[in-house]
Amino acid sequence: MSEHNTNIEYTHRGIPPVLSRVSSALLLIGILVAIISYLTDPVRSAFNNIVLLMLLTSVGVGSLFLIGIEYLAGAVWSTPFRRVFEFLASVVLVIPVIAIPVYLNVHSVYHWSHTDAVAADKILSGKEPYLNETFFLIRLIAYFVVWIVFYFIFTSNSKKQDKTKDQKLTKRNIRFSALFMPLFALTLTFSAIDFLMSLEPHWFSTIFGVYFFAGTVLASLAAGTFLVIMFVQKGYFIKGIIKDHYYSFGALLFAFINFWAYIAFSQYMLIWYANLPEETFWFINKWEGSWMYFSIFLIITHFLVPYFALLSQPSKMNEKRLKFMSIWILFAHIIDLYWLVLPTFNPEGFVFSWNEIGFIILGLGLILTMFNWKARKENIIPIGDPKLKRGLDFRL
Amino acid sequence: MNKKYLYGGVGLFDSPDDIIKAASETSEKGFKKFDVHTPYPVHGMDSAMKLKPSKLAYFSLVFGLTGTFSALALMYWTSSIDYPVIIGGKPFFSFPAYVPIMFELTVLLAAVMTVVTLISIFFKFPNISHPLHDTQYMKAVSSDRYGICIEPDENHTIEEIELFLKSLGAKDITKIYYDDEELKYKNVILQPKFLLFLALIAVIVSGATYFSLNKLMFMQPFNWMREQAKVIPQESSAFFTDGFGMRMPVEGTVARENLPYLFKNQPEEAGKFLINPLEANEENLNLGKKKYDIYCSPCHGYFGEGDSRLRGQFPNPPSIHSEKVRNWSDGRIFHVVTEGQNIMPSYSTQLTNNERWATILYLRVLQRSFNAKESDLR
Repeated sequence: MSEHNTNIEYTHRGIPPVLSRVSSALLLIGILVAIISYLTDPVRSAFNNIVLLMLLTSVGVGSLFLIGIEYLAGAVWSTPFRRVFEFLASVVLVIPVIAIPVYLNVHSVYHWSHTDAVAADKILSGKEPYLNETFFLIRLIAYFVVWIVFYFIFTSNSKKQDKTKDQKLTKRNIRFSALFMPLFALTLTFSAIDFLMSLEPHWFSTIFGVYFFAGTVLASLAAGTFLVIMFVQKGYFIKGIIKDHYYSFGALLFAFINFWAYIAFSQYMLIWYANLPEETFWFINKWEGSWMYFSIFLIITHFLVPYFALLSQPSKMNEKRLKFMSIWILFAHIIDLYWLVLPTFNPEGFVFSWNEIGFIILGLGLILTMFNWKARKENIIPIGDPKLKRGLDFRL
Repeated sequence: MNKKYLYGGVGLFDSPDDIIKAASETSEKGFKKFDVHTPYPVHGMDSAMKLKPSKLAYFSLVFGLTGTFSALALMYWTSSIDYPVIIGGKPFFSFPAYVPIMFELTVLLAAVMTVVTLISIFFKFPNISHPLHDTQYMKAVSSDRYGICIEPDENHTIEEIELFLKSLGAKDITKIYYDDEELKYKNVILQPKFLLFLALIAVIVSGATYFSLNKLMFMQPFNWMREQAKVIPQESSAFFTDGFGMRMPVEGTVARENLPYLFKNQPEEAGKFLINPLEANEENLNLGKKKYDIYCSPCHGYFGEGDSRLRGQFPNPPSIHSEKVRNWSDGRIFHVVTEGQNIMPSYSTQLTNNERWATILYLRVLQRSFNAKESDLR
């Protein structure tokens, strides 16, 4: 295999200047708006901070999952693009920082953090052994440690391979991927429960972790697809990326759009059918007042439009459409997170103003900044990977 | 001797890389009618052959959408229009419940009809013969070699094709011929003999299955409670001379609370001699109201005005507040309930004697409420 690597033509060119300009602009505006927002309306900002935190988790941890699944499945088509996801996964380094404001505002966001309210409530006092501030903090630290440790394992082995071209490093990463998968499933499920589901501490849904997972993979895949197409178009990527590679991205996006819709509908239908008051109120909250229009909007943006836009085979190979749809899907995921979080803040109707926009801008700015920081100095192609040549030769 | 027609020239290659190269060069050279045969799908073949995306997907889409909307129509028709039943307090048109059926029917129709379309339109079923069948070439490409078959067209003769195949480096270059017999070849599947044979097999298989499962191998699971020595209703019995398992009651037997009615066809006598044995207390009136609402109100209306709920499917009875009925004694009304009157049937099987009397008590209450006296208002 290693003799294949000798004929890879790649020179490191860094990142397109427009990307670095956009990312610093987004980051500056985002930080500024977030600070002003925290000074004027801390409660609302804390809710938006959860949206931001889960967006970063989706992109960062979802990228870790995509790296791990590539190693585990022995996929070759995605090998040329693995670095893009490795760079995106560096977002996990900022997640703990973003989680600090949420933890500091835990009383204004999470009802279960009020010990007097919990003591008066029979259901919440039953959940008290899990939902209390100490254990919450312990769990958060556990998630962050798992994600960051595996981020460093995956990327350092991959980076080392650029120089040494040692195939054993791939094998080592496969082993760590096998270890990471169950930990990923647990940490992602429980982080979804802790950050999103416990916003309504009385409510419960056993499918909720899977629901968030579907959105997670979509978000990281969409972000990666967009960056790959952009780098290829501007000539910052390796030569030899063809329609067949785009088709694979399009097909995966399409599959996870369906998966998300399937899981979202399963969750809805079972609760609708059983019609138990302790479950239905969560959906009723999201159907009250103007939230109804927002819920319909979510179905259209997160399922119907991308479904029909990516249905046919040529549309999955069309790079313009794929680039547009990847941005669309990333925003659809943000809308999904907003739909999960904000009804708790304002049950009467949806609120959307500069606070929300600011936090979304901050999220995109952070993702791009972390990506740029990595992409500027490191190869965007894993040139030492034994599967790279086969990945470039991938044909449908 | 049959006349032979030329089909095309074929050549074989030894590796997938060679066949990809050959396919792309063939398509670049401008050959229109050519096909590639490999033992397994070779990646990159579509672009090497410059194939356009298959049109099969449109059939899948159309049939899939047909499935979606026919499921919607089916569920809407059955549960909202034709036979509306309230299930779990949901509205008749409850869309979320339809979605799984719509999804399933979409998948089912899209999958099945794609295969059917593929076979019937793209494979031109029932034609199953092809000039390449039963050739050395087909044997080779279905085990371990990679072949290309080029048909001559207006721009290329068979000699040019052979030369071209040679230049590609193909081995075992041969011409493929087909004859009249192959043209006239009819599908065995459609021959009457074969169809008859199929029908015979169907009869034999289903008969053998029925016989072996229901007669030969039939075992009752847990039969120790199902088969008991007692006689069950409707069963014959060898013990009695008439052969019936069920016996007639001893003559003169009367069922509890069901004394035989003494005034058959004698309404006036019934009115004269029958006296209501029940007291007009709360318990009896509640019982009467319950029975009245169940059995009487569909025709007579909840207040006895004759405003039936049957929407004209049955003629409306006259009001029970008429002078005539108010002047009837309890026994006279009892006779009507027991025997029926005009098209009103007998209610003796639905209501016991006491229930009938209780209903009459409640009926009196209704009558009183419609014709209240001055003294009742105090």
